[in-house]
Amino acid sequence: MMIAPEIILAIVFQLTQLLLVVLAAPLLSGWVNQCQAWLQNRSGAGVLQPYRVLHKLFRKDAVLAHNASWLFRITPYIVFGCMWLAAAIIPIIAVDLPFSRAADVIALVGVFALARMFIALAAMDIGTAFGSLGARREMLVSFLAEPALLMVLFTASMISHSTQLPRIVESLAHHQFVLYPSLAFAALAFVIVLLAENARIPVDNPNTHLELTMIHEAMILEYSARHLALIEWASSLKLFAYVSIGIALFLPHGIAEVGNWAALPLALALLLLKLILAGAGLAVLEVVSAKMRIFRAPEFLGTAFLLAVLGLLIHFLLGA
Amino acid sequence: MQTPFILQFINLLAALLLLIVFAMLAQRRILSLIKLFAWQGALLTLSTAVVAYSTAQHHLYYSAALTLALKVLLLPWLLYRLIHRLNVRWEVETLINIPATMLVGIALVIFSFNLAAPISQLAEGITRGLIGIALACVLMSLLIMLTRRKAVTQVVAFLSLENSLFFAATSATQGMPLVVEFGIALDVLVATFIFGIFFFQIRETFDSLDIMHMEKLKDD
Repeated sequence: MMIAPEIILAIVFQLTQLLLVVLAAPLLSGWVNQCQAWLQNRSGAGVLQPYRVLHKLFRKDAVLAHNASWLFRITPYIVFGCMWLAAAIIPIIAVDLPFSRAADVIALVGVFALARMFIALAAMDIGTAFGSLGARREMLVSFLAEPALLMVLFTASMISHSTQLPRIVESLAHHQFVLYPSLAFAALAFVIVLLAENARIPVDNPNTHLELTMIHEAMILEYSARHLALIEWASSLKLFAYVSIGIALFLPHGIAEVGNWAALPLALALLLLKLILAGAGLAVLEVVSAKMRIFRAPEFLGTAFLLAVLGLLIHFLLGA
Repeated sequence: MQTPFILQFINLLAALLLLIVFAMLAQRRILSLIKLFAWQGALLTLSTAVVAYSTAQHHLYYSAALTLALKVLLLPWLLYRLIHRLNVRWEVETLINIPATMLVGIALVIFSFNLAAPISQLAEGITRGLIGIALACVLMSLLIMLTRRKAVTQVVAFLSLENSLFFAATSATQGMPLVVEFGIALDVLVATFIFGIFFFQIRETFDSLDIMHMEKLKDD
């Protein structure tokens, strides 16, 4: 039986995206950290620092607590797998990838939720105080962030009449330029959700190990070596996936079609430019804002939900 | 059907106006409230100018200039001086906590969108949705007046209510006659002056700007 050449081509595109994303994700984290360092008048560790950390962690021997169950050991692989899957679904280098039919935006939110559930369970598994503290805080933040994210995605879905990400991107990118007030609201809400979900500064600080403030770090405190490396890598992938969703929803212009090799270099160059700008913007946001008390986080995320709902309402009213 | 770009722009400005009213509702500080009021005025100026350009009504340019002078520069400056003289830069005290107020605000938006839907059906063409947004802004300004205690905040809310009405007038019905607009602008200015005098009177009588004290004035 012959396999149609366009299917092979689509699979090649899919594999390219998978490889590109998994290799480039630490670079984005490194770039954000480097921008932050520049803004704070430090010289910084360089954009390649996350790779060095990963290399170091993979070479070390893993240490496990005595009462760690299989759940604790399997979680890093599940989290990494979820984030990689999420990054495979999102149209990053080209629309209409074969994988993206596997899940729509609601399932995508579900994939993120699955990873979060496992990491929270693993944090509680060891039974240390920090683990369960971190897990509870993570759940507090994420149960408020998730409805806001869904509302943002619904707004984009309403505009393009589909919950499939490729359809959304196509209808936003390939039509005549239209100003959507509802999408402006959704974008604001999405930025807040991105900051909260990726443990960024107003909500959480990824560089702290201060027990009063840490959320994400408290959960992964017991991990070491390759497990920690996978979780760090998964965090980078998550940031990359979120930034890519943001680009796909709000700045999709210039993305390539599957099988269109000629458009690919331009699409990649544009993607690189967008990622550089998004990373720098994220760093600026983090530098200018102060870490808020944990009990202010519900209000912050409530604002995101409110903005997303407003976007949806305005879409209904203005049809735009 | 593709709406022309200029109308999309007016829609965007309307949405931003709604956002600013929400920000006012969430605001805890008087100074930021006044800044937001100035931004609201700036958006109003822009939207009036855009409507003037798109409908080629030249008198709307005058009212845009009037809005700029009065609501972006003069009134915020007056209010700023007032709170300096009264020395009231403390936090705004709300009657209901802020997240609850925001939820009430969302409910108000849905209510006014529904209320405006039949009216918008009658109006044809460009500005159908704007009546709903303007109505939502009016109701939200009323909500700010209801949920705040301090007299200064209530005056800012009153001015924001006037801004919303002005927006409804310019965008939905393409503006009132210039004489009427001048009259309203003068009214608002005079009202702010009178409020300013009132503030001093209230403070002299009660040693505070909290309007709860005014309940003492009732005869039982």
